[in-house]
Amino acid sequence: MMTEQLYFPLLSLLIGLPALVALLLALLPRERHDLLRGVALGGTLVVFGLSLLVWFLFRPGAAGFQFEEDMLWVAGLGIHYHLGVDGISLPLVVLTTLLMVLAVLSSWRAIQEGVKAYLVLMLLLETGMLGVFLALDLFLFYVFWEGSLIPMALLIGRWGSERRVYAAIKFLLFTLAGSVLMLVAAIVLYLWGGNTSDLPQLLRTLPGQLPFALQSWLFIAFAIAFAVKVPLFPLHTWLPAAHVEAPTAGSVILAGVLLKMGAYGYLRFCIPLFPEVVPYAVPWLSILALIGIIYGSLVALAQEDIKSLVAYSSVAHMGFIVLGIFALNSQAMAGAVLQMVNHGLSTGGLFLLVGVLYERLHTRRMSDFGGMWARVPIFGSFFIIAALSSAGLPGMNGFVGEFTILLGTFHVNIAYAAVASFGIVLAAWYLLTAVRRTLFGPARQGNGSLTDMTAREILVMLPIVILFFVIGLFPNWFFEKINPAVEVLAVQSPAPQVHVQLGK
Amino acid sequence: MLHSIWLVIAAPLAGVLLNGLLGRHLGRAFVGLVGVGSVGVSFVVGALALIELGALPAAERSIGVGMWDWITIGSLQVGMTLRADALSLWMVLVVSGVSLLIHLYSVGYMGHEDERMFARFFAYLNLFVASMLLLVLADNYLLLYAGWELVGVCSYLLIGFWFHKGDEEQAPVVLVDGSQVAVPPNLNPPDSGKKAFIVTRFGDFGFALGVFLIWSTFGTLNFTDVFAAAPQVPTATITAITLLLFMGAIGKSAQLPLSVWLPDAMAGPTPVSALIHAATMVTAGVYMVARNHVLYDLAPTSSLVVAIVGAVTALYAATIALVQVDLKRVLAYSTISQLGYMFLAVGVGAYAAGMFHLTTHAFFKALLFLAAGSVMHALHDVIDIRRMGGLRRKMPVTWLTFLVGALALAGFPLTAGFFSKDEILLKAFEFSPWLWAVGLLTALVTALYTFRALIVAFWGQPRDWPLYEKAHESPPIMTAPLAILAILALLGGLLGLPIVFGVPNWLSEWLAPIFAAHAPAEKHMLSVTTEWLLLGISAAVALVGIALAYWLYAQRGDITARLTVTLRPIFVLLINKYYLDDIYNAVFARGGQRLAALLAQGLDKAAIDGIVDGGARLFVRGGAWLTQFEDGHIPHYALGMFVGALVLVAYLVLR
Repeated sequence: MMTEQLYFPLLSLLIGLPALVALLLALLPRERHDLLRGVALGGTLVVFGLSLLVWFLFRPGAAGFQFEEDMLWVAGLGIHYHLGVDGISLPLVVLTTLLMVLAVLSSWRAIQEGVKAYLVLMLLLETGMLGVFLALDLFLFYVFWEGSLIPMALLIGRWGSERRVYAAIKFLLFTLAGSVLMLVAAIVLYLWGGNTSDLPQLLRTLPGQLPFALQSWLFIAFAIAFAVKVPLFPLHTWLPAAHVEAPTAGSVILAGVLLKMGAYGYLRFCIPLFPEVVPYAVPWLSILALIGIIYGSLVALAQEDIKSLVAYSSVAHMGFIVLGIFALNSQAMAGAVLQMVNHGLSTGGLFLLVGVLYERLHTRRMSDFGGMWARVPIFGSFFIIAALSSAGLPGMNGFVGEFTILLGTFHVNIAYAAVASFGIVLAAWYLLTAVRRTLFGPARQGNGSLTDMTAREILVMLPIVILFFVIGLFPNWFFEKINPAVEVLAVQSPAPQVHVQLGK
Repeated sequence: MLHSIWLVIAAPLAGVLLNGLLGRHLGRAFVGLVGVGSVGVSFVVGALALIELGALPAAERSIGVGMWDWITIGSLQVGMTLRADALSLWMVLVVSGVSLLIHLYSVGYMGHEDERMFARFFAYLNLFVASMLLLVLADNYLLLYAGWELVGVCSYLLIGFWFHKGDEEQAPVVLVDGSQVAVPPNLNPPDSGKKAFIVTRFGDFGFALGVFLIWSTFGTLNFTDVFAAAPQVPTATITAITLLLFMGAIGKSAQLPLSVWLPDAMAGPTPVSALIHAATMVTAGVYMVARNHVLYDLAPTSSLVVAIVGAVTALYAATIALVQVDLKRVLAYSTISQLGYMFLAVGVGAYAAGMFHLTTHAFFKALLFLAAGSVMHALHDVIDIRRMGGLRRKMPVTWLTFLVGALALAGFPLTAGFFSKDEILLKAFEFSPWLWAVGLLTALVTALYTFRALIVAFWGQPRDWPLYEKAHESPPIMTAPLAILAILALLGGLLGLPIVFGVPNWLSEWLAPIFAAHAPAEKHMLSVTTEWLLLGISAAVALVGIALAYWLYAQRGDITARLTVTLRPIFVLLINKYYLDDIYNAVFARGGQRLAALLAQGLDKAAIDGIVDGGARLFVRGGAWLTQFEDGHIPHYALGMFVGALVLVAYLVLR
């Protein structure tokens, strides 16, 4: 492994800066709303800039972690403060920092009460999320994992809509139940690994040590914790509740980043730590993922609340990602990592747009919409583009992710790929239904005073839409960084059974 | 120009950006100029590239133009690479040429739209041209698939262009015995667009699986590599691949059983129907099969399926066209039927004949649609032929050009459609007299429905005088493209004259380097006498059909009226399109929605969430019971937590 000691603790700064900004915000007067917003925006922008620096300094084509920082944290217990970034976490880090900027910007007018607390929580959330993606120590990871949970629950619980408290508690309990299992598993790993929770160290010492049965239990514990977060069927019902009730920015971050933490966990922990169990887990997780794809799509189709529709579409999309991860070949896995970014952008974009509507009409029922394209052409164009991106239109991001996932999955299991591919037909169905009911048809009476998107709202959507096309046309800028990291995992896992004879 | 072939895509794409982002500020004239001009650039570049390619020795007429590496993951390497060869450049020429004329026509036709809609229309239309040319020029399956999906989206957007419109009720047909036959309403534009996208995407589901199977089998997605390795692959695999790919073609080219979307696509503006839903996009399936002829030659079963689907679809759609009351729908069913001919051709291995008919059909069907559009323009969007009649006196140019298009469609001797259809029938006869017979019967029905529509709309006396009085000839910007297309529909046959004429079949020779390279040696079994005989039969069938139409609809309308009463059950069946739409609506659309509602309400809300919330209530009650242990002393809580964790850990470690 590469031990690249950088003179400058870039990753620590990345994680710490949002918390520092939060502290600064805490010291500012609570009634100076625009000052608070400005500081928060500035802070997230600087963090975004830092993450871009990491992105461009990151050496592509190299496996292993870069920008590593490692020091003993709790000396007596062998717990490390160990950070590092690789091709799996890097895209998620940049996605996080970007979405945070957009989230702050999108709450500019939407959040008028408790602005200070709201912004403090948002920035603490950013620290937690970045920590999750950068931590290389089990306990450090766990701390950030739980740390990101609480601000989100509070954001939903205080700034959400009618049933916000129910949704927040549901979200909190589901995730907590999962992470308790993870904590227990982490402790067991710590004890078996020779009193260390350092991930690279565990990966060196553990193989061959753990009895298979124990490995299985540990795998299950981790897998359930991550399955709640993804979420996999049937652990998904917290998601629509949380999404529907959360404020717009909360939904964006929830769908854009928090769900990715689950998928990321599979890649970072489950697969490398328990390689012997993985082949046995593949059918279970793949089939749950497939159920998620078909079931999520169909349930999305039946939704009347547009936010709920987008939420269920997340269940379907995350199914693709989990399917790709457990296809265990580099095409599907790299596709899954890219698809995490894609889903963050597409669904994040859709939630932002739904928020734009909600701020104006104070309804999310699609039967209250209709014929709006003539009234709000800019909004309409953005909405169609985001829906098409989510539906996997070539030239845009979703296509590359879905295609590589399905191609890789097909190579391993034709039936899985066939079922999942059918999900793409369903995706077109529910997304075009949303577009149809929102934008098309005769204009409705009540929507006469509707105003189109403001410059600020356009500014929020623009980077997302530009990225739709950049990723769709030049995905290799991402794959060159992602590939080495997933190739290691694809190699480590036992070669999947190949059903199709290779012609070469 | 050959190595700058990407320009043919880049030019309309630049038009998309300009008109799409700034169009409404630029004014109609400039928007039109950008829209038409960018396609003009494509046409000129395409033509120059074709000439350049022709100058090369036949064996070297295939140029790969790499732009950048698109997707690279391990052994998956897909390039943004175009291939200019005889087949792709011919398609470029047909697509950009017909597009150019239709863009020009649209400047006039869409002139009533406001500036935003006008710019939007041209942005869409340009995006379509760019996507279609990408599909045509793609050098690998993924890029082909990308173009394939993109044209689908353009089609979706353009069908639903008038997104505020609702369903259009149709007046029932009143028979001479006084009874009425209900005519199904025309579906509204946005739902039609959605339907088109979802139905074709169902076909693309198969297409995508085909692409995955290709990669799994060959480890590459490049056409050249796949074709080179194909003979070593088991026939069963090739058959599976070709059938899956054909599923995509069935959707995109509206063949049975996925043909239902195309008639509803007529809800789009008429230039769109002409360009996308007649001349170009719907022929993508035919092009795809021709492009993959190496694979189809290796999989006779698949080819047979293609031929049979084509032949059956041809007859099925032609019969429906006989009774349609909407002029555009007559043409739509005719398109489905003519596409069936093309699939019949490529199915029996007559790829050049398929491409020939694709070309002539692009000319005469675009012509017919644009002429129908000219009629709509004159009649304020009335398209029901029952309200027309006698229009030839009011719109001489439209009438004459429509007549030329109708003659070509009906296969009137020496028109473009005659030669291309005859070549297909000839090849079908070589393959199987049964397929030929179906094709011939379809030809008869084609002549009949074409001239029925023509006679009812343009001949005789006006049926709706107030409407007739308002009718007027369209402006030159619309009639000029009509005239050019009419010339092409008349003379297009020169591209591929029959061999028995003793002159070279130019198109067949131009495409020979593509189709002859791998194909089994051209077996020419038919004697010259047989060929002349078949040619004569085709000509006779067309003439009989036209004469029959004249007799039935212009002279003895009374017999036709009584015949309709006698054949009422058949008439009802045809006017309801064999009830295919109703079956699909009941089973898939409504069935799917019902299943979705059931899952959402029954499973998700009631069962899964019910268990969760029920569990939560259980905890609340349990909690209430446990409250007695809460004494408010934090150390006690900490102790409890510690003990609990310890028990868990101990269990797992010591077990």
